[in-house]
Amino acid sequence: MNSIDRIKRVFSNGKAFIPFITAGDPALEVTEKLVYEMAHAGADLIELGIPFSDPMAEGPVIQAADVRALASGTTTDKIFDMVKRIRKKCDVPIAFMTYVNPVFAYGPLRFMQNCKESGVDALIIPDLPYEERNEIKPYCEEQGIVFISMIAPTSKDRISNIAADAEGFIYCVSSLGVTGVREKIGMEAAEMVRSVKAVKDIPCAVGFGISTPEQAKAMAEVSDGVIVGSAIVRIIEKHGLECARPVTEYVKSMVSAVKRVPLDTK
Amino acid sequence: MNKGRYGAYGGQYIPETLMNAVIELEKAYNFYKNDENFIREFESLLREYAGRPSRLYYAENMTKDLKGAKIYLKREDLNHTGSHKINNVLGQVLLAKKMGKTRVIAETGAGQHGVATATAAALLGLECEIFMGKEDTERQALNVYRMRLLGAKVHAVTFGTQTLKDAISEAFREWSRRMDDTHYVVGSVMGPHPFPEIVRDFQSVIGKEVKEQVQEAEGRLPDVVLACVGGGSNAMGIFYEFINYPEVRLIGCEAAGYGVDTERTAATMTTGKVGIFHGMKSYFCQDEYGQIAPVYSISAGLDYPGIGPEHVYLRDIKRAEYVPVTDKEAVEAFEYLARTEGIISAVESAHAVAYAMKLAPAMGRDKIMVINLSGRGDKDVAAIARYKGEDLYE
Repeated sequence: MNSIDRIKRVFSNGKAFIPFITAGDPALEVTEKLVYEMAHAGADLIELGIPFSDPMAEGPVIQAADVRALASGTTTDKIFDMVKRIRKKCDVPIAFMTYVNPVFAYGPLRFMQNCKESGVDALIIPDLPYEERNEIKPYCEEQGIVFISMIAPTSKDRISNIAADAEGFIYCVSSLGVTGVREKIGMEAAEMVRSVKAVKDIPCAVGFGISTPEQAKAMAEVSDGVIVGSAIVRIIEKHGLECARPVTEYVKSMVSAVKRVPLDTK
Repeated sequence: MNKGRYGAYGGQYIPETLMNAVIELEKAYNFYKNDENFIREFESLLREYAGRPSRLYYAENMTKDLKGAKIYLKREDLNHTGSHKINNVLGQVLLAKKMGKTRVIAETGAGQHGVATATAAALLGLECEIFMGKEDTERQALNVYRMRLLGAKVHAVTFGTQTLKDAISEAFREWSRRMDDTHYVVGSVMGPHPFPEIVRDFQSVIGKEVKEQVQEAEGRLPDVVLACVGGGSNAMGIFYEFINYPEVRLIGCEAAGYGVDTERTAATMTTGKVGIFHGMKSYFCQDEYGQIAPVYSISAGLDYPGIGPEHVYLRDIKRAEYVPVTDKEAVEAFEYLARTEGIISAVESAHAVAYAMKLAPAMGRDKIMVINLSGRGDKDVAAIARYKGEDLYE
């Protein structure tokens, strides 16, 4: 099955739950184990962050994860090797999340070839907006890697162009600011999803700020899936090498909250 | 891939959340840059408040001592707040006010841009918050207090190297949280379009004045123009007017720290390669995986792993040259200028003076050299003393 169909499948089994972790935080062996555990716990797609020295769209929690991952010697090549190992045992769809410079420095063509060869399905780059997508997107298309587009509460009149060009799913940023747990999340996402669907029938997953099952349920009710990063990374930060069990428990609770929302709710 | 390009460089590589903010800024700037009222107000602020035009001073002692080209100093250090930073800041804060913004944020390295922004915000009645790497708040403690005196709130950034690049990242993060009432006053010819263009335009007054002043003094254009380069705003400000005069040699002096063959350097042109960071495609010090390198310079204002995109373009088309200058050379020049001309310049500007000291003797006495003295050095006195082994603190 090609990556486009694999990403479609993410949204076919009820509302999707998409966890994010930073590869190599605190070590790549832990990341590998977490992928198996989270897939087993019901994650529909796993977002793996390639750590970057200066992550402009991240709040303090994921910034610290990037620091830990780089300090443990994580490199883009070692992450590709890990994904190859994972693919021998586990079929869960995987998206890379990273900044444009690590992809650009690696060489976008070589990067996508390695994504294809190791079994990465999609790529999310928060500092590559619609206007600059041709820096990377053509290489994704050439190698069959799904390039994920993002929209934010400020996108407004930009949504129609972004949606028309999007593939796989759209990453809807729930609120202003950077990643990080928020006590309250406004309902701008509902309006954003409606604007997207008016242009194109494409799944929309909401991320940024979501940490509790209640928030996940509320976001799943207005979208096709929920992305959770900082809340998981916080557990990893707290438990370090012993994080697999508490992360799995957390992911199970979030999956069950999201899956309780019927697929036709919007 | 069409907006704000300088050859292959520039662009708008920022999170989607910020895109409408830079589009709004671009529209506003394109309107106001041709608006007679705006131009009049800006020019009046530069003249009445910042003290422009700044002097073009003939450095006679230095000229005689070096026995070569005739040396002029463009005295940006004599501007209000003590550096060229005020030119850009008055323009941007005025623009922010016209756009209906009530709050400005800014990054700062040495503190000069932060002080200038806090000053303009105080004058024009806007709230102001400054982001500064924690290490820099310690290196430049007086400037932190100065900003607070001016009514600004200063945030010490503890991420990463705790210097200018981290302050810039944090300012972008803060802008993405709150852009309705807030303008980010970017301090150099860097960041996403339209910032490199806006900052260049507001700083281009330096070169325009030099052109007139040197014409008046010498009846011709200079042979060489020198400026220090971190992000590159004072250099772009003095270069821009001369770009179409190929007979004028343009030289940017970047901070080599301990030397370009060491890891303790900030010489982006010499040791960096093409990358995409802080909203722009440009040159960056980075490793093979694209991780931004921790850079170093004695000068907090040049301690940045990137450079403005238009500079890289000027180098590619061979219109400008960029040379590395070490801490040691800069400190020697700092002391030399103090003793020879009685001017204590910013250690940033001393990088340009240092290269001038090498170049001038090799030039004929009929040649004319202009050095952009971008800032004054009061802020650096304690750091220079410590560099020289004296246990002096502010």
